[in-house]
Amino acid sequence: MALPPYASPLERTWYYTFRVICAAIFLFLIAPILIIIPLSFNAEPYFTFTEGMLAFDPEAYSLRWYQDILRNGMVAPDAPFSWAWLTDMWNHAQWIRSARNSFFIAICATILATILGTLAALGLSRPEMPYRSLITGLLISPMIVPLVITATGMFFFYSDVGIAKSYFGIIAAHTALGIPFVIITVTATLVGFDTSLIRASASLGARPHTTFFKVIMPLILPGMISGALFAFITSLDEVVVVLFLADVEQRTIPRQMWAGIREQISPTILAVATILVAISILLLPTVELLRRRSERLRGIRAS
Amino acid sequence: MTDVSYDRTLADGVKPPEKHEEAPPAAPLTAADGTPLKKKLAITMRRARMRAFLLTAPLLVFLMVFFVVPIGQMLFLSVHNPTFADAMPRTTEALAEWDGSEIPGEDIFALLVEDMREARADRTIGRVATRMNYEVPGTRSLFTSTGRKAARLEPPFKEALIDADEDWGSLEVWAAMKRVSSTMTGSFYLAALDRQVNVDGEIVMQDENRQIYVPLFWRTFWMSALITVLCMLLAYPVAYLLSTLPLKYSNLLMILVLLPFWTSLLVRTTSWIAMLQTQGVINDLMVFFRIIGDDNRIQMMFNQTGTIIAMTHILLPFMILPLYSVMKTIPPSYMRAARSLGATPLTAFIRVYFPQTLPGIAAGTLLVFILAVGYYITPALVGGQSGQLISNLIAFHMQRSLNWSLAAALGGLLLAAILILYWLYNKLVGIEKLKFG
Repeated sequence: MALPPYASPLERTWYYTFRVICAAIFLFLIAPILIIIPLSFNAEPYFTFTEGMLAFDPEAYSLRWYQDILRNGMVAPDAPFSWAWLTDMWNHAQWIRSARNSFFIAICATILATILGTLAALGLSRPEMPYRSLITGLLISPMIVPLVITATGMFFFYSDVGIAKSYFGIIAAHTALGIPFVIITVTATLVGFDTSLIRASASLGARPHTTFFKVIMPLILPGMISGALFAFITSLDEVVVVLFLADVEQRTIPRQMWAGIREQISPTILAVATILVAISILLLPTVELLRRRSERLRGIRAS
Repeated sequence: MTDVSYDRTLADGVKPPEKHEEAPPAAPLTAADGTPLKKKLAITMRRARMRAFLLTAPLLVFLMVFFVVPIGQMLFLSVHNPTFADAMPRTTEALAEWDGSEIPGEDIFALLVEDMREARADRTIGRVATRMNYEVPGTRSLFTSTGRKAARLEPPFKEALIDADEDWGSLEVWAAMKRVSSTMTGSFYLAALDRQVNVDGEIVMQDENRQIYVPLFWRTFWMSALITVLCMLLAYPVAYLLSTLPLKYSNLLMILVLLPFWTSLLVRTTSWIAMLQTQGVINDLMVFFRIIGDDNRIQMMFNQTGTIIAMTHILLPFMILPLYSVMKTIPPSYMRAARSLGATPLTAFIRVYFPQTLPGIAAGTLLVFILAVGYYITPALVGGQSGQLISNLIAFHMQRSLNWSLAAALGGLLLAAILILYWLYNKLVGIEKLKFG
């Protein structure tokens, strides 16, 4: 909103003060995330800028913490680079193993959550859905119930049925946690969905599953993908359930970071954090583009 | 009067229910297969409802098994603790008959000794001692040390036991044992509310200096409230700016809001550790600019300040997004109209703009408060001792003290609070309004 020409000096002052306040709040939002990026290239094992870093001395910067991500836990980290070194890293480096666990769990949980969540969202957005608000409330609740309570309950029950300390248990738990995001995003794309398209497709002789794959799915795909990305990120970032349910075997990246922060704090964590920030920087435009595409598909003009 | 009766006769004459039955069926509208249309419609509607419900069924079943039942089991554990009854079956049975008016007789003492011998052999006496100790602090040794001696005790057991430890002659201990022996118990909820049962069987508060949980619940609530207010104060101007800027600028600035939202929680907590440490970035900056001396750096972490700053930052996007989506729908012409009618900018804001943003404020405030009350990770990492919230204590009882029933009871209380807030949110805002980005 531009400053109107009739603004009084007081309003002018407020107008610029307001912008400065907003800039400060934006700084508060973004600075902590950006600050760790240079810190992760620190040559010293500190969590702050050294004098050399402030003077832009190339000596003060290094990639040693990134190397540490690869090497930590390896049998022979100093062996020359070869196929054997790579397999050693793949099988023994702690962070690599956690990353493999994290991605395996996150991908499985995302697929499950997306399928179940999309089906449910389709049901929920039908006008004839019975007990809609009650069921929606129940399906969204994994996002609302504090993680500690969820994890506590799962610990008792999963231990009783013997799926605690297994990949299956963690995947099931993460699926439950990711579902609300899928439901919310898919339901949002289904708002204003033209149901006559379904009838048109049926009247042209399409069977229900043809209608789903050829008519409904292309329209809700953007919502499905961004819901899936949310579920993926949720699982990738989840630590409380993993703390309660996972064994050493199922250590994930957040679990490893948690241990790192609590026990042996080192800038390696900052290097991992920088990589995770890079992942979210990559994911963010994807989700934003999907959202706009979905609005365009549904004929909603950007306001 | 006559008019009314005339009307009635007319109406009766036109459509008398008795007559309708007598008359040959005036061919109701039917569907192609001959069923009445009304019935057909009902069937179709039921089928449509069924189909809609069946689409949600797989997910409902999944969540029931992997989410609802586990929480239900936790709630059950908070009132169900069979430790004592399992390990001391004979005493439990005998205590059920005992009226509690005076110290029980020799027969119960004999059963107690027999149970203790067996429990000691099974190594369950430690658990019984712990369970009793929750009920009456300081009675652990009563069981463990007497348990060691139990094998050598000679009848009469009553004298022998009281001789071994005079607490066996205390009515309070026996009353507590009777309470502990029942498998269904409310005592963990009492403990979670810092209450206990005294000698006369009344529920009383713990001593002031032994209260842990009620003060912690209060701290959790006021810290969450403070964080919510801080988020509100920070989110309001930003959301306003975003909603009034032209789209191409606001989309760019929106990235600054969404990036933190998308970034891992642990990453954000880590970066606050790097910022707030005594040797961290903020302290270094302040020393560099000579705001504070090098030797009196400010302790901003491992206390409440750390928790509040980090949680405000982490929850801020949850306030900005709902506020923004409400503010975007407010036409700017309202403010201009208010100004043209002579309102000062402040009056126009308070009387015209602010009331229209109330739905957004309600949505954001409730959401942030709900999320803040149950927070665990950030307080655990940057909170130190004074910045812990109730979730941290639940985790403590789950992982360290292993008093699972108490953890479950604390969880039950927290869950009740959250569900009330969630219900309120659904009433005021509507859960379907929840959106990201």
